[in-house]
Amino acid sequence: MKRFLLVMALVIPALARQDERGLDERGAEIFAAKCAGCHGGGARGLTVETDLMRSTAVRTDQTGPVLRAGHPKANPVPLSEPEQADIAAWLHARVQAVADRGKYPFLNILTGDPKKGQAFFAATCARCHSVTGDLAGIGAKYDPSVLQSLWLSPRRRRGAEAVKTARTVTVTSRDGRVVAGTLERIDEFNLVLRDQDGKYRSFALHDEEPKVEIHDPLQPHYDLYRVLRDTQIHDVTAYLATLQ
Amino acid sequence: MKRLLCIFVLAALRLRAQPADSWPTYNGDYSGRRFSPLANLNTDNVRHLSLAWASRVTNGAPGHGVRISATPLMVNGILYFTDLDNVWALDARSGHELWRFYRESKGEMPRTGNRGVAILGDRLYFVTLDNFLVCLDANTGKQRWAVPFADPKLYFFSTVAPVMIRNHVIIATGGDSIDIPGYVEAHDPETGALQWRWRTTPAKGEPGFETWPDEYAANAGGGHPWISGTYDPELNLYYVGTGNPDPVGAGTSRKGDNLWTCSIVALNPDTGKLAWYFQVSPHDTHDWDAVETPVLIDGMIDGRPRKLLAQASRNGYYFLLDRTNGKSVATAAYLATMNWSAQLDPLGRPVPDPAKEPKADGTLVSPPTSGATNWPSPSFSPKTGLFYVGTNEAYSLFYLTDEDAHPQGFAFREAGLGGGKAALLALDYKTGKTVWRHEWRTPNGVYGILTTAGNLLFTGNGNYFIALDAATGKTLWHAGLISPLTNGPISYQLDGRQYVVAGAGDALYAFVLN
Repeated sequence: MKRFLLVMALVIPALARQDERGLDERGAEIFAAKCAGCHGGGARGLTVETDLMRSTAVRTDQTGPVLRAGHPKANPVPLSEPEQADIAAWLHARVQAVADRGKYPFLNILTGDPKKGQAFFAATCARCHSVTGDLAGIGAKYDPSVLQSLWLSPRRRRGAEAVKTARTVTVTSRDGRVVAGTLERIDEFNLVLRDQDGKYRSFALHDEEPKVEIHDPLQPHYDLYRVLRDTQIHDVTAYLATLQ
Repeated sequence: MKRLLCIFVLAALRLRAQPADSWPTYNGDYSGRRFSPLANLNTDNVRHLSLAWASRVTNGAPGHGVRISATPLMVNGILYFTDLDNVWALDARSGHELWRFYRESKGEMPRTGNRGVAILGDRLYFVTLDNFLVCLDANTGKQRWAVPFADPKLYFFSTVAPVMIRNHVIIATGGDSIDIPGYVEAHDPETGALQWRWRTTPAKGEPGFETWPDEYAANAGGGHPWISGTYDPELNLYYVGTGNPDPVGAGTSRKGDNLWTCSIVALNPDTGKLAWYFQVSPHDTHDWDAVETPVLIDGMIDGRPRKLLAQASRNGYYFLLDRTNGKSVATAAYLATMNWSAQLDPLGRPVPDPAKEPKADGTLVSPPTSGATNWPSPSFSPKTGLFYVGTNEAYSLFYLTDEDAHPQGFAFREAGLGGGKAALLALDYKTGKTVWRHEWRTPNGVYGILTTAGNLLFTGNGNYFIALDAATGKTLWHAGLISPLTNGPISYQLDGRQYVVAGAGDALYAFVLN
């Protein structure tokens, strides 16, 4: 809470200024104009000494006193109080962005050779997939980072499409009775399937009884992990991205 | 005070072997074996094990649930355990709650877990998420004092269960969001005053500094040792694993081995001085903290008795060291899918394959950041000579997201892939080779483990609490819980009966032979 108040004490004067631009944007502009010469455009410093992202004053939102006292001391950069607040808000957001690892933007993923990817596809993927059928236009549907994950590890589908990716299972009891269907769930001691009539069937699992055989249509994808080279992954992704 | 110290010195001597009538430290004893000497319950009668009681607890913070990842202590018939900022005392016979202590953490830390308390006489010690060491009265749950030991504004957050060694309360930091060095500390049990601090990265001029390019990198180097260590009273050495270096996924600004991150270190608990180190992941770029319990084994190698230390590390390798000097005795990959290192160096350390570092366009790596295993407790049974560890065989794509000369924070993103397998492994402690493998039907196999002199192994999978034959891996008993096992199970004897207690979500479950 104390931290929040401190930040707000710096940020509120900035908020009070009527301006269509966001705090970050104003702070970024002022920083670029007045600070980046020594601290770099991203506040990471031109030298290790001028890296503000690792400055304790920045990380603990204590830039206010430093700037108010005049910085750098030898030849202070003139900064109004609202400008100081904008810079503090921008720096705070920069540190938060570093800590917020789930929001880091991806860099360039499409580095592969689409021609090589096409050859790999023909040799390995075309047994089950078609670029004019199930994968038509897939490159337009997904961002490259999603596309790369999806072709390596497709999600199980829902609704009418689910049948393509569902695991099927055959359960054989000791007396030879066989029940087959779509696997709904399995854990160490229980198995649930839906048979061809959609009926819920559950089984208790013991060591060897009943016998359980599971078929996963996605298994060929998982089996690739041990043999794929990273360049092959990038080639296939680059090829799939061309399917607009 | 003198009386308290006497009690603890006596206790310390006993702690070389797990006491039957209590569970007085995070690992039960100082060795980290999590092996109970109790044999009332055994492979012949475990099928009769049944519920004595189940007890749900509620969080002092409104709106927040409870996930008990703490290992409870059991002393004088009372169980003491924690979750974030909460401590509870339960009657070990009935599960009845005696008291709850709650102290709100302030700051913007991730809500992770808390591993538990330490006890000395009638005092309990635990750490809050916002980095206070708190001392409670064990009888009442009232706070005696609280001292800060790290700044939450710098994104430090704390989860470790303190360890008592004589008059030292040993704790450590966590947190690697924005490039901060970690440390292990000892505090005075009477006052909370700092006794010593050992930093996980060296200062300029200290040994190990040569494994960093400069102070800029070393001072921001991470290495948080966030799981309780183990202790050898004869050698007077405290063993603890350290976390990954920072920035996490980008090694550009920290070329070198980056000591003492991703290492097992031996510290003098009286001074905090480093006696030796062994680095299990030189120059890590995959977030593979080496904090997994360093288990102390008194074993035989080539016909000679040896003081050993074993770790099944998050990076997929098993390490056996001589715990007198940190020299490698054996190193073996225990994860079948591990693909980031193909060879060992002459010191027994894995040599990282630079091609498997995170790249902008994605690198396929096994194990994922969560590791071959993680913090849930492994176990070693001196009866079987087997080291047990819960594992996941899975892959992720590692994407470098920060190509700056001065990368910051995590600097990478991970995309987990499906199709993974999970298995409980029993390793030959001398070689790390798999003796038996119990593959689970579910894709997550990293759960806490307890073994007993009754030749039993207790662990979890899915929503089940399970007993296996420790010699063969055969399932002997199971009980369905409301949620998956979230802590390391414990065992103790009370009124002549052997209890096994497991934490799952917001509840403790106690089992006995009825």
